[in-house]
Amino acid sequence: MALLETKDLGIAFGGLRAVGNFNMKINENELIGLIGPNGAGKTTVFNLLTGVYLPTEGAIYLNGENIVGKKPFEIVEKGITRTFQNIRLFKDLSVLDNVKIAFHHKMKYSTAAGIFRLKAYWKEEKEIEEKAMELLKLFDMQDSAYTTAKNLPYGQQRKLEIARALAADPKLLLLDEPAAGMNPQETKELMDTIHFIRDKFKIAILLIEHDMGLVMGICERIVVIDYGMTIATGTPEEIKQNKKVIGAYLGE
Amino acid sequence: MNSRWKANTINTTSIILIYVILVLLIRMGFINSYYEGILIEMGINIILAVSLNLATGYLGQLTLGHAGFMAIGAYAAAIFSSRVNMPDLPLLLISIIIGGLLAALLGFLMAIPVFRLRGDYLAIITLGFGEIIRVIILNLKITGGGKGLSGILPLTSFSSVYFVTIITIAIFYTLINSRHGRAIISIREDEIASEAVGISTKYYKTFAFTIAAFFAGIAGGLFAHHTLVLDPKDFGFIRSIEILIIVVLGGMGNLTGSILAAIIITILPRMLMGFADWNMIIYSILLIAMMLFKPGGLLGKREFSLYKLLAGRKKSHGNAPVKNEGSE
Repeated sequence: MALLETKDLGIAFGGLRAVGNFNMKINENELIGLIGPNGAGKTTVFNLLTGVYLPTEGAIYLNGENIVGKKPFEIVEKGITRTFQNIRLFKDLSVLDNVKIAFHHKMKYSTAAGIFRLKAYWKEEKEIEEKAMELLKLFDMQDSAYTTAKNLPYGQQRKLEIARALAADPKLLLLDEPAAGMNPQETKELMDTIHFIRDKFKIAILLIEHDMGLVMGICERIVVIDYGMTIATGTPEEIKQNKKVIGAYLGE
Repeated sequence: MNSRWKANTINTTSIILIYVILVLLIRMGFINSYYEGILIEMGINIILAVSLNLATGYLGQLTLGHAGFMAIGAYAAAIFSSRVNMPDLPLLLISIIIGGLLAALLGFLMAIPVFRLRGDYLAIITLGFGEIIRVIILNLKITGGGKGLSGILPLTSFSSVYFVTIITIAIFYTLINSRHGRAIISIREDEIASEAVGISTKYYKTFAFTIAAFFAGIAGGLFAHHTLVLDPKDFGFIRSIEILIIVVLGGMGNLTGSILAAIIITILPRMLMGFADWNMIIYSILLIAMMLFKPGGLLGKREFSLYKLLAGRKKSHGNAPVKNEGSE
């Protein structure tokens, strides 16, 4: 069974149908690219999958369960986390706190335990601190754990956002243009990072990207959309030859 | 573990030490009843400011109806204490808790419609709710209406305010430094991102708002048994603005800043009494100057910690509850 499956997913804003008849399957541990010209509806698909928008048609199945209508935070609990096209960090907090906040829904101690500092508080806080540090170490960011997030260089901010999304313990990670604004060197590093986290955390990744080098380089399968509809699905090789795709990008 | 105990010991000792010194000064007559009254008002203002800071500074939602919750706490506590026979201290404690609970209940009910809005709209709707509370009190029989409620028992003493204030500060400090506090702060930082890492923003907004209302109610109860006469006019939106000024002056999301600012704002108007007609102007100019030169608040982002001060400013990364909580 596929990890995630969408059935005729669509949304209309007033009269404008931004996404329609969107069908996609993601298997466990798969790395998939979602591409399409500007305004094709890629980010809208992300917003539908993460519960930011309520679809007007169709269904989304995560491990066979329909998750349409769930709130974004509930979908995180179910196992889908994401990053944003324009980085959204908790800017005035430390790098470590950014990651710790994402562990929140996995933590159990009660409000009272937090206020009166009972045993559960100390135990869990210590565990989370260690886990967060471990995660930062994987991204080679342990030295900036106490830096304020907004003071990080751009590339590191992107990395931190991915680390934070991973801290929430996803089965499927959605990356919205992770390489936007990066130079070729940083993009190369990012490709390695994405590969690494896929293997290390055994998760599926769906990424939106305009950098074709990156997409063709690491994705096993690519989904192309245009005007909110899937126009092609296949391996990078197949996509490169696909007439419809070439048409969408270059015009008929 | 070790530094944890050290910090606790230092804080507890300093809290008791300051208490003993102040009580001795009161007993020996160095602090007369006028100044004792100011100390009590300081405590009440600290509770109000710290609680509003949770909603406005940490949660990041500008609310302008805090005086409404204070009014509910004040009237509920005063009405309860006038009808029950009990020794003073337990009577005060039970009445302020009842006042707090009632304010919290209203805060909870208000949170549902209020948090459908954000920013300016939220500020205006909370302002509206605050006024509704005041007008309802003005028109009820049980509250004495426009004549006000008098004959309230003088239950509030320096000692009770001191310890209620300390407990309030301690609760807010530990709350903010727990996972729940982090969730609240993340909403201020970025609501969308917060939801995207698995935090129910609706739940934590309601939660923070309810807690803030509860402690505003507690402050109201103490206020009622201190002034002994309640007039709905005391709880107009000017009062809400005054509390907000304390929070902004101390720094949004800064606990020790709120405490310090509450102390200053309580004393300042009285120190300016001598200038008669000019005092409000001087007061306003001081506020303007403060905002121009220190827009981030008195302490900015730094929290004062007696433990760190004594330990020689060693960098501690928030593992230990290091903060002096006895600065009333």
